Amino acid sequence: MNKREKVSFKKLIPLWIYLLFLLVPIYWLVNMSFKTNTEILGGLTLFPQDFTLANYKVIFTDESWYSGYINSLYYVCLNMVISLSVALPAAYAFSRYRFLGDKHLFFWLLTNRMAPPAVFLLPFFQLYSSIGLFDTHIAVALAHCLFNVPLAVWILEGFMSGVPKEIDETAYIDGYSFPKFFGKIFIPLIGSGIGVTAFFCFMFSWVELLLARTLTSVNAKPIAAVMTRTVSASGIDWGVLAAAGVLTILPGMLVIWFVRNHVVKGFALGRV
Amino acid sequence: MTKVQNNKAWWLVLPVFLLVAFSAIIPMMTVVNYSVQDIFDQSSRYFVGADWFRQVLQDPRLHDSLLRQFIYSACVLLIEIPLGIGIALTMPTKGRWSSVCLIVMTIPLLIPFNVVGTIWQIFGRGDIGLLGWMLNDVLGISYNYAANASDAWVTVLVIDVWHWTSLVALLCYSGLRAIPDVYYQAARIDRASNWAVFRHIQLPKMKSVLLIAVMLRFMDSFMIYTEPFVLTGGGPGNSTTFLSQTLTTMALGQFDLGPAAAFSLVYFLIILLVSWVFYTAMTHSEKN
Repeated sequence: MNKREKVSFKKLIPLWIYLLFLLVPIYWLVNMSFKTNTEILGGLTLFPQDFTLANYKVIFTDESWYSGYINSLYYVCLNMVISLSVALPAAYAFSRYRFLGDKHLFFWLLTNRMAPPAVFLLPFFQLYSSIGLFDTHIAVALAHCLFNVPLAVWILEGFMSGVPKEIDETAYIDGYSFPKFFGKIFIPLIGSGIGVTAFFCFMFSWVELLLARTLTSVNAKPIAAVMTRTVSASGIDWGVLAAAGVLTILPGMLVIWFVRNHVVKGFALGRV
Repeated sequence: MTKVQNNKAWWLVLPVFLLVAFSAIIPMMTVVNYSVQDIFDQSSRYFVGADWFRQVLQDPRLHDSLLRQFIYSACVLLIEIPLGIGIALTMPTKGRWSSVCLIVMTIPLLIPFNVVGTIWQIFGRGDIGLLGWMLNDVLGISYNYAANASDAWVTVLVIDVWHWTSLVALLCYSGLRAIPDVYYQAARIDRASNWAVFRHIQLPKMKSVLLIAVMLRFMDSFMIYTEPFVLTGGGPGNSTTFLSQTLTTMALGQFDLGPAAAFSLVYFLIILLVSWVFYTAMTHSEKN
């Protein structure tokens, strides 16, 4: 491995360029969120000359703005809990047993990720309106289960297959019941798998906009939909738009920070 | 792992099945229902059979956006998959820098789609964006994504590369980490070149994660909607009007539910077919 490490610095240059490419647009957004609108439109400055928090103040003091964030976080967490709690037993079944139609069921679950959302919007709207769930957080959480649950089953199944079956058998011989074994022994064993799964569920639910916007109007309106408000008669309020954008990135960064060890460990296990 | 045959396992899968079936089958049947009827309003609707299917399959507008969509998805895969593999190969495997790389690379994945559009909308503008300013004023290339069709198209492609290459890289990285050191030691003893190590050790071991990456990227790039919508609204002209947007305009804008539903079923079948071809091709070559 020594030889590899010596050449590593030169080899890393493309990687740094790539990371820079990822960060520059975000830097520009952050930079702009601290500027006043006159400065934004007045000319290009690499750092805010007239540093201001006014854009953020608009968001934190106006209820229609900050409630968007609360709504989004609320349905994302709800979705994460639902997805994980149904996917855990199912993934266990897929990793341990063969049963009637298991392969077809697995493929069918995955095909749900392939359905183009654009035209399914109207049926979704009608379905959730007819059962009285329109404009509630649970409606968005349930709708997002469509693509998150199959993904969660897929990822968890990979991690569970890595746990030797002898552990299950020993536990049953020791007199553990299935629920007790599952909660006390099995779940701690696949902790990092659950971390990775939760991360992916958070990610796909947080970034989804089409379904969330269609299924809500006022009470559960997601932040991504609120952001369209910055376009008004007097043009686009660039500063506030940039500040709102920065704030949508923050929760994701927090989640990465909390699960970073799990994700690294989960990736290191080699199954995602 | 040998699995036990046990049909009682269905009880464990049942919650998932019910939950997904609720959100998948009912809307899907509604779409099927629309696709064979001509709907004027709630009370008057007529069964038209396969007419809508016949009509949409001959519609030149849909042919155009289908072609654009295929070219776009092919470009996305051709750029992102090799780039992602390359990045995964150069990423440090341990220490502080590997965590930093992982975290930085995950950031674009966690930005909502429309915010991604907004970021690039700002970044690419000639008057207030760094990229637009760099290209126009410093490098002297005339660039305007709102007026020039090829600029808009390239911008949408760059956005996708920016947004999703990390996913490919992270998946490949996880595949690479699963290769035991013994393999590399054996390759060193055999004096295998770097290329041979890549071709015969790393690539075969990455196959299963590459399959996931290719499928996810194909499906998602084939259904792209939000980014071009925010950036250009499909313009200039029709240059960035992809399939999803053509469909949404048809269904919600013009309320042509029948043709839109018929076409979305065709669309779904295309994705299913291509994914199936990828899947069998890649799992088949694994056997040989």
